[in-house]
Amino acid sequence: MTTKIKITINEKQIEVAEGSSIVDAAVCAGVIIPTLCFHKDLCVAGNCRVCVVEIAGQKRLSAACATPCEEGMEILTNSLKVRNARKQIIELLLSEHNADCTLCYKNGNCELQKLASDYKIMTQDFIQLAPLRKYQIDHYSPSMIKDDSKCIRCQRCVRTCAEIQGVSALTAAYKGDRMKIATFFEKPMNDVVCTNCGQCINHCPTGALVERNYIEEVWDALANKDKFVIVQTAPAVRVGLGEELGFEPGTRVTGKMVAALKRLGFDAVMDTDFSADLTIMEEGSELLMRLKKVLVDHDPNVKLPLATSCSPAWIKYIEHMYPDYLDHLSTCKSPQQMFGALVKTYYAKHFNLNPENIVSVSIMPCTAKKFEANRPEMHDSGYRDVDYVLTTRELAIMIKQAGIDFLKLDDRSFDQIMGASTGAGVIFGATGGVMEAALRTAYELVTGREVPFENLNIMPVRGMEGVREASILIENPLPDWSFLEGIELKCAVAHGLVNVKSLMDSIVSGESQYHFIEIMACPGGCLGGGGQPIPTNPEIRRKRALAIYAEDQGMPLRKSHQNPEILKIYSEFLTEPLGEVSHHLLHTHYTPRERF
Amino acid sequence: MVAVLELIDNLAGQYGRDRSSLLPILQGVVKQENYLSEYAMIEIARALNLPAAEVYGTATFYSFLEYKKMGKYLIRICKTITCSMKGKNQVLMAIEDMLKIKVGETTPDGMFSLLQTNCLGFCHMAPAMLINFDVYTDLTPEKVREILSGYLNKKGGADDTRI
Ligand code: SF4
Ligand code: SF4
Ligand code: SF4
Ligand code: FES
Repeated sequence: MTTKIKITINEKQIEVAEGSSIVDAAVCAGVIIPTLCFHKDLCVAGNCRVCVVEIAGQKRLSAACATPCEEGMEILTNSLKVRNARKQIIELLLSEHNADCTLCYKNGNCELQKLASDYKIMTQDFIQLAPLRKYQIDHYSPSMIKDDSKCIRCQRCVRTCAEIQGVSALTAAYKGDRMKIATFFEKPMNDVVCTNCGQCINHCPTGALVERNYIEEVWDALANKDKFVIVQTAPAVRVGLGEELGFEPGTRVTGKMVAALKRLGFDAVMDTDFSADLTIMEEGSELLMRLKKVLVDHDPNVKLPLATSCSPAWIKYIEHMYPDYLDHLSTCKSPQQMFGALVKTYYAKHFNLNPENIVSVSIMPCTAKKFEANRPEMHDSGYRDVDYVLTTRELAIMIKQAGIDFLKLDDRSFDQIMGASTGAGVIFGATGGVMEAALRTAYELVTGREVPFENLNIMPVRGMEGVREASILIENPLPDWSFLEGIELKCAVAHGLVNVKSLMDSIVSGESQYHFIEIMACPGGCLGGGGQPIPTNPEIRRKRALAIYAEDQGMPLRKSHQNPEILKIYSEFLTEPLGEVSHHLLHTHYTPRERF
Repeated sequence: MVAVLELIDNLAGQYGRDRSSLLPILQGVVKQENYLSEYAMIEIARALNLPAAEVYGTATFYSFLEYKKMGKYLIRICKTITCSMKGKNQVLMAIEDMLKIKVGETTPDGMFSLLQTNCLGFCHMAPAMLINFDVYTDLTPEKVREILSGYLNKKGGADDTRI
């Protein structure tokens, strides 16, 4: 039991748990204290000062985010002194800020702009420093843009990259008025250890870190009569998009999303869930093949645990930080890239289209997918497999630009022949989902029976714990798999690279031994991806996860190997998992990188 | 003089490989190399298992940890008000004139770099400057020329007494 203490906020007495900050306590009193450097996902920094409040008996104002409540504290959040101070702090922040809101990507969804608007900052009493500083814009990354002239140095990005991702690609460099957010030696983001995960974008309160957007490129393609524009949508998009368009977090908008994409003019609207199912077929087979090579053939060149490879930020992370472990990665491309490779081959052939005229677009909850699509490894169709990657946020912008009343759209369904999916494909969007989907298929392949979990729900791999473990005992396998008799298949799941780091370290040290690990770079998996609607916090991510599992539960088919279009593609095009065509189009290898 | 990699390894051995050893190791490298190269910072990050950006952030925070290549003799002249009032500008001009470099620059032969620094704590003997770790006070243009001549004559000689 936490002890309760009594405090007074704006003359209203309330009881709060001992140790809660004034910001949290104020919420209980129905008061919202403005914040900038504070974020629910991160440790307290207390550097922006917009949250200042007056505490009776104290001369100086205190930062509400960094001050714990004490018994009997009397707090004023809206006194004249507080309001004046707060306004000046915002003015000072703006005096160092390139506040050309109308030219800014964050216009309309910016915490600094909102404060300036709430407090009606309409004068510039301080010397405007922004024009005097030689700011540079880093736009070399295919995933993101860093514009220091929009940075208020709140260090949310630094804390995000360190605390959630354990990457620390960003740091606070120099000091005093020269302090700035920098990479190692101020190299472009594209040249350093940054994984392009976009978590810093999700947590940045301003336009200093944003995704590199491809909205105009996609509009151009849609307007070009000679182009056949195909779009795929990732599993997590359907449980996030609604937040940008007037729905509560956790609302599933699959049908409306498809309808909106059709209205935008895409020639075919299909589903990354299809290629998620395909990934399971390939990766599940790879796992079984590796198990056989290790357990039966004792092949020293085959590595276990097998690590999933669908998270491109994880791929870049392992390339930088654990280059000796690249052989553990599944050779499967991510669902996005499998889809891309098939669009310009299988799909083109089936509908007699010239792949040269196909523009392949994907809607992803992820900024790292932009980088991934741009990788030299991703041209196996003979063309660039995925031409443009848009985030969930960019799609929402296009829907608004097109004047579509999203709330009133009727549900539509995905097009063939890469639009069918199962519940197993959907749960790729949540941490643990790839593992669950793979186990549903692999276990059945090996034993001929369904996974021994009620309703196919493998609960041990679900949830928001940073690292989760599960094991499944294999008994009475089919004759082909008799070598697995009595084997306890050990699995682990990690999300958020800081947790991935601890999992990897335990594997490197030999402390943990697994057969299969699922890694997703972002907290909560793709549903918490760097391209998802802002804001993000644990509560919102939990709601999106519930929506993902509800979507799975509602699907008539919930195992990848049941997907009729998957059966069709194997019979008509790929022949078999890990076959020659698969090998050429759906698998790849990665390269080691430096650790800065 | 040992190679940087070996130096870092020795320093890490001496101070330990915890995060808290970062500063002494950075200082140790600067002591020998006069600055922290990109390469040195990457290797320090590797030795302590720290993110390279964090090493860079720390190095750029401290004034006496240089992260750009510096000359063999690093002159830091005090830029604060007492030294200014007691003729620092004339001294600075004398140095610039003699070495043909401006503040922030290094002579083409890599012997001298010129920087300004915050208060050295020698206001009572202003103006003051440092050359590497040696303090020179009560400077005048004549005196500074003499001091620099001493270094210029030493230059190329085998006796390297700078540390
Ligand atoms: S970051 Fe925010 S306040 Fe700054 S220009 Fe952009 S929208 Fe305006
Ligand atoms: S880039 Fe954004 S999150 Fe990072 S310090 Fe600047 S404003 Fe804050
Ligand atoms: S994109 Fe991810 S890895 Fe890169 S700086 Fe941002 S949080 Fe760090
Ligand atoms: S939000 Fe409290 S100091 Fe920034």
